[in-house]
Amino acid sequence: MDKKRGEQSVVFDNPPVITSTALIGGPMEGNGLLSVYFDKVMEDNIGEMTSWEKCESYMLEWVITTAAQKVQISSTQIDYILAGDLLNQLMATHFAMRSIGRPFLGLYGACSTLAESLLLGAMILDGGFGKTIVAAVSSHHDAAERQYRFPTELGVQRPPMAQWTVTGAGAAILSTIGAGPKITAATIGRVIDAGIQDTNAMGPAMAPAAADTLWHHFQDFSRQPSYYDMIYSGDLGSVGKTLLIQLLDEKGISLAGNYEDCGCMIYKAEQDPHAGASGCASSALVLCGQLYKLLLTGQLRRILLVGTGSLHSPTSYQQKETIPGIAHAVAIEV
Amino acid sequence: MPNSSESGSENRPNFTWQYQTKLDQVKPKPPLAKNLLWAFMVGGLICTIGQVIQNYIIEFGFGKQEASALTAAIMIFLGALFTGLGVYDELGKRAGAGSIVPITGFANSIVAPAMEFKREGYVFGIGAKMFVIAGPVIVYGTVTAVVIGFIYWMLH
Repeated sequence: MDKKRGEQSVVFDNPPVITSTALIGGPMEGNGLLSVYFDKVMEDNIGEMTSWEKCESYMLEWVITTAAQKVQISSTQIDYILAGDLLNQLMATHFAMRSIGRPFLGLYGACSTLAESLLLGAMILDGGFGKTIVAAVSSHHDAAERQYRFPTELGVQRPPMAQWTVTGAGAAILSTIGAGPKITAATIGRVIDAGIQDTNAMGPAMAPAAADTLWHHFQDFSRQPSYYDMIYSGDLGSVGKTLLIQLLDEKGISLAGNYEDCGCMIYKAEQDPHAGASGCASSALVLCGQLYKLLLTGQLRRILLVGTGSLHSPTSYQQKETIPGIAHAVAIEV
Repeated sequence: MPNSSESGSENRPNFTWQYQTKLDQVKPKPPLAKNLLWAFMVGGLICTIGQVIQNYIIEFGFGKQEASALTAAIMIFLGALFTGLGVYDELGKRAGAGSIVPITGFANSIVAPAMEFKREGYVFGIGAKMFVIAGPVIVYGTVTAVVIGFIYWMLH
């Protein structure tokens, strides 16, 4: 009955099923590489709302209700909602939850929140504490920019290493019964600080955390990367991706051939996202859209999603602190 | 990569240094020639527009000092206008210091936060946040002026 594996991992006796997903994005995301997978693409980043924060709440609420509608689940059948976003005090999530009115646990793991909510949701279901859970996250480019960086209309030049926060939200319904890909195992990450101070280098700041979690995942389950059809990191971007491959190479683990970063799968090069996408919605859009479809059609049978989060705050970097990173891995199999 | 045995231990500074070196090796370099050209062209263009305006004002019979003040006011207005139209951030993305250093960039740095924080109200939004970028420039600009003024007064 012991479901703990090795130092940091867990395995599920009754793997929860992802029965439905929904995703929404802004116009830039809608014009990107994932365009065919969206349930809805907004015309602009604010819609009918009066603020970006309200727009983010709207997106989160929309994906949760849409994902539930797809499998004809009424809101009373949702046992718990596990959700989070990037804003202070989880503003977007909390305000979206006002109207949904279901039992809710707010999570903050920066951009790793989707993986965190999936693995906690799977634990709750496998523990027998409920039948249906929604895991959902959102991020909003402009709302994040004004909180973490500069006003959006300020004429500043971004370095090539910078990443673009995704405007969008994704939700996944986890259930004890039903058809679909299953969450079979997970590895919970540790906070790793590699000493990076530059807030434009978030991918590189998170790569050591991703490497640490992956290494522990392979140790805990005695697996090789080849066990998975594909391994996806959340939002390391092109620079962080290169560093993760290097870090694992040094440990004798080769990711060559079956590894990609979700941050590199959202925007086209001509959209000028610099090093790629970031934000909670980076892994959410890729997982709830493209990967979920590929899992359903059987083109992918085993994947490992490594959600990566950069745990700095506007206060921490002004106080010259380095950037701690975290990564959680979730194995999804058909 | 730190493994279990070295987490939070004395090996960390060494790892940090090695990792920073690794990052420096793989991080993409900014396109220097392109950025310089953009900065030169945009910065030059803004200054040329300013000069044209100043010459025009002088032709109306204003003195050079009055013309300078009027030109600065007009350039600040234009900087604010193009910020409001959503053009200045696109310009700044490409031109960098070329559009930050001229007085239009100063206007941008005040109007951008004012627009951004309007939703938080006129007092705690616009009023409090307007100088969040330009504030330090004004503070240290004033301090520098006082110091230089004091030195000038001592020498004369």
